[in-house]
Amino acid sequence: MSMINYASREINCKIVYYGPGLGGKTTNLEHVYGRVQPNTRGKLISLATETERTLFFDFLPVDLGTIRGFKTRFHLYTVPGQVYYNASRKLILKGVDGIVYVADSQLERMEANLEAMQNLYDNMQEYGYDLTTMPFVVQYNKRDLPNAAPVTELQGALNPGWEVREPPKQRVTPDPYHAGENLIEQITSGEWVERAPYFEAVAVTGEGVFDTLKAVSKLVLKTLA
Amino acid sequence: MPVGAASWSFTEDDYGAILRSLQQFLYDSNARSALLVDRSGQLVATVGEPPQFDPTAFATLTAADFSANDQLARLIGETEFNSLFHQGEQESMYLVDIARRVILVILFDNRTTLGLVRLKVKHAVEELTRLFAEMFQRGRDQANPPNILAGAEDEIDRLFQ
Repeated sequence: MSMINYASREINCKIVYYGPGLGGKTTNLEHVYGRVQPNTRGKLISLATETERTLFFDFLPVDLGTIRGFKTRFHLYTVPGQVYYNASRKLILKGVDGIVYVADSQLERMEANLEAMQNLYDNMQEYGYDLTTMPFVVQYNKRDLPNAAPVTELQGALNPGWEVREPPKQRVTPDPYHAGENLIEQITSGEWVERAPYFEAVAVTGEGVFDTLKAVSKLVLKTLA
Repeated sequence: MPVGAASWSFTEDDYGAILRSLQQFLYDSNARSALLVDRSGQLVATVGEPPQFDPTAFATLTAADFSANDQLARLIGETEFNSLFHQGEQESMYLVDIARRVILVILFDNRTTLGLVRLKVKHAVEELTRLFAEMFQRGRDQANPPNILAGAEDEIDRLFQ
């Protein structure tokens, strides 16, 4: 739930990075922290175990610019990816405005990816949030690894699309980030489907990190416009 | 608007009323400062001595602390822990729920006591609950809440070029 503070002229929004354990969620935040100007970001807070696994969450506030005289402030959170931390993971989703799902591209992590995606849908549903109607982007991380699955395979498994029932939305909508691909289209069965925008990334080098962040932030602001 | 994630906003008048209520409480209780944090971890207001720490990080951790304790309450068969107390050697914190949407955090030291803080906070909680209930009701009553970003699509696009 975005909060508009007229007194300090700020728009505050919450973005959560979700995904399987060791997929690179914290690395995304660390890269953002390292690259943005110190005066436009706050402290990076990490509630982690002694082996640097996220225990509760990581948190980073960043300012992404001013619109109509209002400072746009994004609060970035990660959740613990490990399966048994579901109770804490769910708490972080409270009041979320946008979701980045960080998938681990490695073939052998496919099952963990699927499990985390299902868990995301389940937890969102428990709050009454509908992932298909809110800002949601998918990031395929670790694209540099030799055992990375092809993007088409990952898309088919993790981002196959959801049905678009409302006739006004049933029109081909090109994917602004991938030429020749569509976000909304009619598939061979005649059904209209919408997919979340996706990005390829190598979070350790920063590749794709800002593209992902910019895309989700833009979607969040557009829900207010 | 994301389904289920209702936005809310408050005006300068609301903000003024919140500040007055908290200032009166600080005066009555002799506590150092009071912070209002919404349940999703965003700082709403700070009153009293300016905090010597990062208030944004503080707000996030406060919301997480409260949420985690809410779940602990459920595990032991309570619906919630309406207030929390963290005691330090010099500084202590008292956290109390407002209208199930906001958390009031009071920072105090040995110039006052937990008893006095708890006694005086009751009135502030009542007043703030009324103010926030009005704010949320106003949000619900407005079919189309004032939209400061209406028509700002181009500006948003430019921001992310």
